[in-house]
Amino acid sequence: MDIRPIFSALRRHRLVMGMLILEIALTCAIVCNSVFLIMQNLQRMNLPSGIAEHQLVVVQMASIRDRPDADARAQANLASLRQIPGVRQVALVDKMPFMFSGNNSDIKLRPDQPQPSLSAGLYFGENLLSAFGARLIAGRMFHADEYLSLDRALRGLHDNNVRDLPRVAIVTRAMAQRLWPGQNALGKTFYIGKDIQMHVVGVLAQLARPNSLQRGVGFSWVVPIRMNADEGGYYVIRSAPRDRARVLADAVARLKQHNPGSIVMAQRSYDRMRAEYFSGDRAMAGTLIAVCLALLVITALGIGGLASFWVAQRRRTIGVRRALGATRGDILRYFQTENFLIVGFGIALGIVLAYGLSLLLMAHYELPRLPFSYLPAGALILWCVGQLAVLGPALRAAAVPPVVATRSV
Amino acid sequence: MLAYYFQLAIHSLKRNKVLTALMVLAIAVGIGASMTTLTVLHVLSGNPIPEKSARLYRVQIDPRGSFGFRPGMEPPNQVSWIDGMNLLHAARADRQALMTGGLVAVQPAQSMLDAFFAPARYTSAGFFPMFDVPFRYGHPWNAADDQASARVVVLSHALNEKLFGGRNSVGRMLDVGGHALRVVGVLGDWRPNPLFYDLTRNSYNATEGIYVPLSTSQVLGFAHDGSTDCWGNGGGSKRMDPAAPCAWLQFWVQLDTPASAAAYRRFLVHYSQQQKALGRFQRPPNVRLRNVMQWLDYNQVVPANVRLQTWLAFGFLFVCLVNTVGLMLAKFMRRQGELSVRRAMGASRRTLFAQLLVESGVVGLAGGAGGLVIALLGLWLVRHRPAAYASLAHLDGAMLMITFLLAICASLLAGVLPAWRACSITPASMLKSQ
Repeated sequence: MDIRPIFSALRRHRLVMGMLILEIALTCAIVCNSVFLIMQNLQRMNLPSGIAEHQLVVVQMASIRDRPDADARAQANLASLRQIPGVRQVALVDKMPFMFSGNNSDIKLRPDQPQPSLSAGLYFGENLLSAFGARLIAGRMFHADEYLSLDRALRGLHDNNVRDLPRVAIVTRAMAQRLWPGQNALGKTFYIGKDIQMHVVGVLAQLARPNSLQRGVGFSWVVPIRMNADEGGYYVIRSAPRDRARVLADAVARLKQHNPGSIVMAQRSYDRMRAEYFSGDRAMAGTLIAVCLALLVITALGIGGLASFWVAQRRRTIGVRRALGATRGDILRYFQTENFLIVGFGIALGIVLAYGLSLLLMAHYELPRLPFSYLPAGALILWCVGQLAVLGPALRAAAVPPVVATRSV
Repeated sequence: MLAYYFQLAIHSLKRNKVLTALMVLAIAVGIGASMTTLTVLHVLSGNPIPEKSARLYRVQIDPRGSFGFRPGMEPPNQVSWIDGMNLLHAARADRQALMTGGLVAVQPAQSMLDAFFAPARYTSAGFFPMFDVPFRYGHPWNAADDQASARVVVLSHALNEKLFGGRNSVGRMLDVGGHALRVVGVLGDWRPNPLFYDLTRNSYNATEGIYVPLSTSQVLGFAHDGSTDCWGNGGGSKRMDPAAPCAWLQFWVQLDTPASAAAYRRFLVHYSQQQKALGRFQRPPNVRLRNVMQWLDYNQVVPANVRLQTWLAFGFLFVCLVNTVGLMLAKFMRRQGELSVRRAMGASRRTLFAQLLVESGVVGLAGGAGGLVIALLGLWLVRHRPAAYASLAHLDGAMLMITFLLAICASLLAGVLPAWRACSITPASMLKSQ
């Protein structure tokens, strides 16, 4: 098809066409960047935690006042939870992946190192790894005699007495690979705080840190410290996914019954906890999707509106062309090609704008550069939207009978 | 004259209903989206204490060890117990308060209510006069109560409603964390948003129900709740060890003149040098004194997502405007015949221009009204989001005015180019071609 007549016709509507191209370009730039942001949000929401998420329910307790035997009461609570039918593992832990608070430690490989090698999220709680369902890929779990009570460990920190502090740790593979690239982490040592030496006895396949995800989601480590009933913490109970609701109700009832001096602060499945953590990301993704759709609809309406306007304006010319032998298909294709070209110009400008916008976003937010692959996808979407929008007016144009040419306007 | 233009505009808009509807819709959606996000931004970036925000300063010093030191790095946001107490007792500012967040169990006197946990603020007495906290009943505790770790408590308006049905509860006893505390005051309806003095918990819509002297909270072993930043062999826990190398308290000062602010900064530098000489600090003196708005800005208290959404909405409005310009151009150009006739009959170019602008103004007015509806709908949606600030998203009078101004300006702006183009045609050539 000869596109020269299209160009000469468009040249007569330079300003209108310029506006349309600008609109398409802006839409292209915003949609490409928005889709990229949506993908970033989805990626965050789908970060692997490394634990058996769908099998866990969590109960958070807090005691009204501290009483003696906090350690013994924790053990009694755990023993009672273990008796719930269908329960596989239980633990009282300090933190879980994807929470709004966490313990982050600066890790050193040598005591005299001026800067930390990395920052890692700390986990503790007896039986934590089994209850989480985290997979050990090398080394061993903690021995029972390695566990210390939290009170003792805090005392050890205060007095700087290593006898009251844990000496062994289990680290994630991600953390081990960063600290000792290409080496076996088992038996290696690292330092925390004022040079407290830790020996690696096990390596986990994966365990996400509780918070500060931007400092490396996969950097986590576990120490053999036992939680007590008064320090707060989370009772984690693992069962088959279908038993979760029943197990949770039973667990809450038991904990309430055994702990008259405590209040249940939260009770839910881990899936819900995780969803709450990422609810902001989900809401943002929803907003972005809505904006993209609204933009595409507005742009389609703009294209359609202008096209039907042009069709109405050119009724006579169309009639003349039909009278001179152009088929309906020719007219249809004329408008479709015209639209294809306009959208094409818009996309060409849009790609430039999309990269400009991406640079702007990178300067103000912690975002990577817009990957190239989003541009052809964005172009394809806009071409489709343009063709859909122009179809109605173009069909109306094709339906103009040749006899129009013989009538005066 | 204007009324006549208005009639002409309505007539012309009616002639092409679909196109008019498209233009109004585009403006309405664009205005609605931008007003929604702008309102959220406006609510979130408000000044929580407008009368005093320039005279209240958050104190930052750097007590950390040399490990991890890099020149130019910011000091920790909070202070340790030892430094906080030293600065509080030095009392070099016009007013000062040392405080931290906590969580305490409250056992209501009436047996119908179960015990519950309430977010608490443990603070020295300077808090209330410094932040101009209004009292409904009673009064704050004083420095002597701080000194004596007095068993006293101040309740928020909301908690007093819940516990005592809103009656004057001064003098009543309340079981807090297993200890009997005497109510000395009840606050008026005081809800600073954001909770500028402690941003480590929920910044917006935070509800602190209970205020206890900081000294009392430590003697009674009340639990700390908030962020803890430790160095060396520090470890955070529910009950903080006063000697732990951890920053977990907020220190605020009131400095009434720039001169006293400069003097206080020198005092902080001097204090840091002194502590370094004593061997407690290892880094060179690194102090910050930020007033309320600087502090909110430094902590990026307005969520990045909200800013991003505002930019996105204005981009969206721009696309809608470009869309409207295109449609108006097409519409006005089509009416060149009519306009040429009116020119030939003696109407000046300026008259026609004004008439066309009235027409686009009418579109803007309709778009503004539609935009208002969409903005209200958008804010309703925002209020149902999981964010902490959600319930604050309401349109106020100022934002309402801005909506209409924005809509009219936007559509006039969109009308200028098309109207100018349509008017600048020579009537003779158009009339001839008819």
